[in-house]
Amino acid sequence: MLINKRLILAHFWLAFVVFGLALILGAWQMFVRSPLNAWHFNPELYYRSVTAHGSAMGYVFPTLIAMGFGYAITESALEKPLIGTRWAWAGFALVAVGAVVAMIPVSIGLASVLYTFYPPMVGNPFYYIGVVMVVVGSWIWVALMSINLSIWKRENPERPVPLAMFANVAGSYLWGWTAVGAALEIIFLILPVALGLKSTIDAGLARVFFSWTLHAIVYFWLIPTYIAYYTIFPRAIGGRLYSDAMARISFILFVVVAMPIGMHHLFADPQVGAGFKFMHSVFTGLVALPTLLTVFTICASAEIASRLRGGSGAFGWVRALPWQNPIMLATALSLVMLGFGGAGGLINMSYQLDASIHNTQWITGHFHLIFGGAIVIMYFAIAYDLWPHLTGRALENFGLMRAQLWLWFIGMIVTTFPWHYVGILGMPRRMAFYDYANPAISPQAFSVAISTVGGLILLISGVLFFVVLIRGQMAHRSEAGAYRFSVPVHMPERIPVALNSFGLWLALMVGLTVVNYGYPIGQLLVLKETNVPAVYVGASR
Amino acid sequence: MSEQKLFSFRNPWFGASVGVSGAIAVLAALAGLIWLPMVQPDLKISGIWDAICSAAGVPRTVPRSGGAQQPDFKTSNVVMTSQMLTHPDQVSIGRGATLAQRCAICHGPQGVSDANSPNLAGQYAAVTYKELNDFKAGARVNAVMSPFAANMGNRDMLDLAAYYSFLPRVPSSHLNDNAPAPQIVITGAPMRNIAPCGACHGDIDIKAGSPWLGGQSAVYIKAQLKAFASGGRRNDISQQMRNIARQMTAEEIDAVALYYEAQP
Ligand code: HEC
Ligand code: HEC
Ligand SMILES: [Cu+2]
Repeated sequence: MLINKRLILAHFWLAFVVFGLALILGAWQMFVRSPLNAWHFNPELYYRSVTAHGSAMGYVFPTLIAMGFGYAITESALEKPLIGTRWAWAGFALVAVGAVVAMIPVSIGLASVLYTFYPPMVGNPFYYIGVVMVVVGSWIWVALMSINLSIWKRENPERPVPLAMFANVAGSYLWGWTAVGAALEIIFLILPVALGLKSTIDAGLARVFFSWTLHAIVYFWLIPTYIAYYTIFPRAIGGRLYSDAMARISFILFVVVAMPIGMHHLFADPQVGAGFKFMHSVFTGLVALPTLLTVFTICASAEIASRLRGGSGAFGWVRALPWQNPIMLATALSLVMLGFGGAGGLINMSYQLDASIHNTQWITGHFHLIFGGAIVIMYFAIAYDLWPHLTGRALENFGLMRAQLWLWFIGMIVTTFPWHYVGILGMPRRMAFYDYANPAISPQAFSVAISTVGGLILLISGVLFFVVLIRGQMAHRSEAGAYRFSVPVHMPERIPVALNSFGLWLALMVGLTVVNYGYPIGQLLVLKETNVPAVYVGASR
Repeated sequence: MSEQKLFSFRNPWFGASVGVSGAIAVLAALAGLIWLPMVQPDLKISGIWDAICSAAGVPRTVPRSGGAQQPDFKTSNVVMTSQMLTHPDQVSIGRGATLAQRCAICHGPQGVSDANSPNLAGQYAAVTYKELNDFKAGARVNAVMSPFAANMGNRDMLDLAAYYSFLPRVPSSHLNDNAPAPQIVITGAPMRNIAPCGACHGDIDIKAGSPWLGGQSAVYIKAQLKAFASGGRRNDISQQMRNIARQMTAEEIDAVALYYEAQP
């Protein structure tokens, strides 16, 4: 039962428009720094573009998707209208206005600090204020998810929380807590400097706060994708979810261990002790667990669907899957990219192996494969699945959708595999210019050129995606029926309270944060020698 | 569902999750904070507490073997920030104007000279202030210039800096706005670790303490780059310019000198 369709559609449309603009910037960036382009432009433009691309893709796009999808889940899984629609619109407005406020200084070159902020670089205050507005807007969503769930629970004391809603709220709590790190960094460390109240900044502490956000933000992006795996995919291919409990445990594990592990982003930083880096490395190993559980459960669910359709044999059932179904295709391609990306991630999280790829193009390849690939392709799938229910018009061109998904997959592989490779060759990331004529760099030129082609393919896929959606908005009206989620093989009648509530898991999440982050943050707060002069970006010209 | 208590050791989920998380945390801490530092051959650890402190990142005083090595030359003692001296006041400028009369023979009455002494008109106040400090402290040495800074008080340096930054820049007689910028100015030379000159000296960005170079005589620019390269001038903080100049070719030095001389 979807009531506030306009609210949900507004979120999705704004998300995809932002995504489309940032995609163009991304393709342009790939081109200008490749050997295909003769160097003749101001490198400052490149950093502006990277800042805009990163901020839009990292903060605005996935946040809006999670919010919009979250509202859709609330109404359809709880089968009642969303409570707090006005607040939801207010949150949407904050995100939209915040995005504009942040992008103005970036586009005029006053905040080319990249979306990870990188203190002691400090840009125009409005950039940070805009980002904070986006985060605060999303916190309204976090609160609404929590409120809607608790009211529903009070009204339905005997029923287990529907899986989709359970996972959705898990994602919102994870985001609520993990965004605190970046918020502390901006409000207490960066903004006072950006506003000119201070001229020094504790860059090390700022990076520690950012690492608090940086790992789990990816899981926040990932949660809609996982929700789609568990609650859309089995239904879309005519099967059942293999295990409801396994799904809940996966989401719970994300809540507990996705956040207190961020220091694997600081392995090369001097301000954190090696012991804490090791502890974070250990906990990072744990976070592979929910993903492995998920891959297992999703493959099992696919097998169930296939056998119901008459598939047989040890592997023959794979062929009997409904491959012409876009959701089937998207999920399979997503899992392949997740597999490669995850394997790379295991290298990044290993204290020693990381040293060989630290700050190289490998990292860029890694997170594009996970986020741009595995995660975003499922955002497309979610949109395809949800659109007819939101617009009341059918999406019929399955061929076009499949072409779009294939192009996205191919484009992402062609983009990121060469990046991984040149990263191993030592190509640094975040650089506007590479002198490919230099004998030490020229072996990378071919791979970089190939990856530019990948960027172009992604752009084409992006265009096709808009074609599908826009044609959908213009198609003939048709009633899509109620929006439903997958049914598990065994519908849980009663489930343990632990799998139906968050108190214990939130307590563990905060507890582990204190254990893993408490001392390093405390020490940096106490030490005064850790401040360095800020470097103002685009200050005087 | 509601009758079961969540936070109770009778709830197996509670016991198991808290127990497992706690056990992993304790084991990881034991390994990371005690065992690993103890088995590092290069870390001189005196005991368990020392190991924990070292692995937790507590700042440790480095054991001094024979004391820290002191350089046999003076380095700059000025701390540069980007807001430094950006708000001059009129009184300071006025005082500076009076003091500057002593400087006019070499630097010109308007802060611009044709004698290959550096132009000071329109230079950032922080730069002039820093250079005077460095001449005074002996971090930058020049037989002609150093004596003039030797007896200067802090106030005098601030006033002179304010005055010269207040004077308008005067385009040099070699002005040529259309001169193409050499590669090294706009792209640097990444393989030699040279950032674009323009990333610090203007056009792309201006970084704290980087002098304005436009209109400066080519002879002076060349002389400074050569001095940085040879180590004759070492007052640049963290060797920012020495690291660059050492890697530059003679042709590049000529090209940038002529280029900046022709800029406004
Ligand atoms: C006798 C000539 C002479 C007089 C008088 C003189 N200077 Fe200089 N000044 C120089 C020369 C030559 C240099 C360049 C030194 C070098 O090559 O390292 C210089 C350099 C400087 C610099 C560094 C400029 C830069 O861009 O790095 C400053 C600042 C400066 N002088 C300020 C002053 C002030 C203020 C006075 C007056 C109190 C003064 N000078 C008087 C000759 C003089
Ligand atoms: C990382 C920033 C940075 C870059 C890049 C850089 N410079 Fe500098 N440069 C400085 C700073 C800071 C100083 C002032 C040093 C001091 O403290 O005296 C300086 C001083 C100079 C001076 C002496 C000017 C004077 O009046 O004393 C010259 C000449 C110069 N740079 C030329 C260049 C050229 C040519 C390039 C490019 C090849 C370049 N710089 C690149 C930061 C930079
Ligand atoms: Cu991470």
